[in-house]
Amino acid sequence: MTQIDMPTLFFAAIFTNNILLTNFLGLCPYIAISKNINSAAGLGVAVIFVMTCTAALNHLIYYQVLVPLHLEHFQFIIFIVVIAAFVQVVEMTIDRYFPALYQVLGIFLPLITVNCAILGASLFMIIRDYTLLQSMGYGAGSGTGWLLAITLVGAIREKIQKTGKLPKGLEGPGITLIITGLLSLAFTAFSGLIKIQ
Amino acid sequence: MKEIFIGLLAIASISAALALIIELAGAYIANYGEKHILVNNKKDLVVEGGNPLLFSLMSKNIFIPSACGGKGTCTYCKVKIHEGAGPVLPTETPYLDKDEMKDNIRLSCQVKVKEDMKIEIPEDLFLIREFRSVVEKTEDLTPTNKGITLRITSPEDGILFKPGQYVQLQVPPFKLSKTSEFRAYSIASNADDTTHVQLVITKVENGIVSTYVHDYLKEGDEVTIRGPFGDFFLRDSQRDILFIATGSGLAPVMSMLYQIEGEEIKRKTTLFFGDRKPHDLYFQDQLIYWQKSIVNFTFIPTLSRAVEEDSWNGEKGRVTTLIHKHIPDNTPLDVYICGAPPMVESCAKVLRQKGIPASNVFYDKFE
Ligand SMILES: Cc1cc2nc3c(=O)[nH]c(=O)nc-3n(C[C@H](O)[C@H](O)[C@H](O)COP(=O)(O)OP(=O)(O)OC[C@H]3O[C@@H](n4cnc5c(N)ncnc54)[C@H](O)[C@@H]3O)c2cc1C
Ligand code: FES
Repeated sequence: MTQIDMPTLFFAAIFTNNILLTNFLGLCPYIAISKNINSAAGLGVAVIFVMTCTAALNHLIYYQVLVPLHLEHFQFIIFIVVIAAFVQVVEMTIDRYFPALYQVLGIFLPLITVNCAILGASLFMIIRDYTLLQSMGYGAGSGTGWLLAITLVGAIREKIQKTGKLPKGLEGPGITLIITGLLSLAFTAFSGLIKIQ
Repeated sequence: MKEIFIGLLAIASISAALALIIELAGAYIANYGEKHILVNNKKDLVVEGGNPLLFSLMSKNIFIPSACGGKGTCTYCKVKIHEGAGPVLPTETPYLDKDEMKDNIRLSCQVKVKEDMKIEIPEDLFLIREFRSVVEKTEDLTPTNKGITLRITSPEDGILFKPGQYVQLQVPPFKLSKTSEFRAYSIASNADDTTHVQLVITKVENGIVSTYVHDYLKEGDEVTIRGPFGDFFLRDSQRDILFIATGSGLAPVMSMLYQIEGEEIKRKTTLFFGDRKPHDLYFQDQLIYWQKSIVNFTFIPTLSRAVEEDSWNGEKGRVTTLIHKHIPDNTPLDVYICGAPPMVESCAKVLRQKGIPASNVFYDKFE
């Protein structure tokens, strides 16, 4: 087990080990939804919530059910169904009881089921032997990091759309990938600061 | 062997447990139970909660106007919801102005029935009905327009409509759409014949309903229509009448011309019809016949893409050119415009410049 406290892990997951900019997970919704900063932020908040909760849930299921039964190799399939089921139930609950929140997050929740960053966070926490508390910190941090990355790129894309003229072939995903590359260079510069595994 | 068995069992039970949780959530959280909708303080409807108001009302045979089929783009489905609508949704805000929000006007295709509701709708919407019909005839009027004639089979007394109004045509799921969809189409036929309606449908690239009609609908098929909807019909006045139509926008004008013929209306009536090429003209025989049979009627077609080889002797250019050419400033006129939105808008602009008050200009935009 790594000897790193939960708050440090949280910040590490945002800056030094950003799941999007250093592990490149969750790229599809990141490219698709970053056209404007409001939806980018909405999706980001939903990712934080789902990542934190599913990291905890998957941690419990992994260590309480899969390990005792020696079924660790089923983690992939189990994590995926847990995430899918969790998202569904959360969506129904929000739709029913928090209409205002549903307006902000509702349309993004189904997208999250297939966001590989969510599964990635759960798998990393197992590989790196995090405790339950560490896992939650890591999940929340990774989510926040993802939100940071998508809002950054969302803001840049909005700015470009307002001011710049792009060659036709670079519009949309093209320029987004280039921006992502540059952002990623900046973030990897932090990567030696904290060791999280 | 034992491991495989335990593995399968464990995975199956975890999945089953999750499925059970989702089912329970579906049954308790997403189940809104029966909800009451009180319409105009007199009709109490009991519907299953959770669905959009437009479709809940439809299930009770109250048909709110809608041209887009509930996609939240046509804004025809506005109703006043006094209670139970919840906050205005982001999908509605672009279409509601401040006054409408203050008046509790909402898009009924976006608002879901989650609580008991009190709503107010115009009384004449109660008259709108659903009809079953059989496709009696399909004809290629032009390379892009198909005419379909429907014979209404039930209710047997047929449809009572004002010439100019439209119906919703419902088509089943097919290659382009997983759900049954409907769109608005104006009636081109004579309102005196209540058991038949003729529609003129323009092919729209990748458009769901128009593609179904052009590529799949056959004579003898059964289709459902609802109507009549819309406030595009002749107004009583002494002023002369000008119709401006392009493409399938001619459809409602045809129906109004049947009315002018039938009621022997003597007001001076002119029709400007615009399209691109000679092969885009249709219903010509009927229009030329009316030039003789309707006392004060003139028909002026104009083509914007006619070339030498077409040997076209008529007017050239767009319908707006015709307005400039034939309509003197400040003529007392009632104008009825129908067709694609950009055409409607540019005509309305030219008419304003000509000093024709907006209150005398009526239009249907085929969005
Ligand atoms: C009052 C009224 C009367 C009308 N009367 C007539 C009439 O008499 N005759 C007539 O022909 N029409 C009429 N219309 C227009 C008609 O209702 C439909 O809008 C039209 O036929 C197109 O419907 P559709 O289902 O074929 O296309 P839709 O499926 O609604 O698509 C419309 C457009 O959106 C595009 N589109 C659809 N889906 C996508 C997607 N996923 N991505 C990108 N683009 C997409 C399509 O290519 C198409 O250009 C009327 C409209 C109104 C409002
Ligand atoms: S039905 Fe078209 S906007 Fe609601």
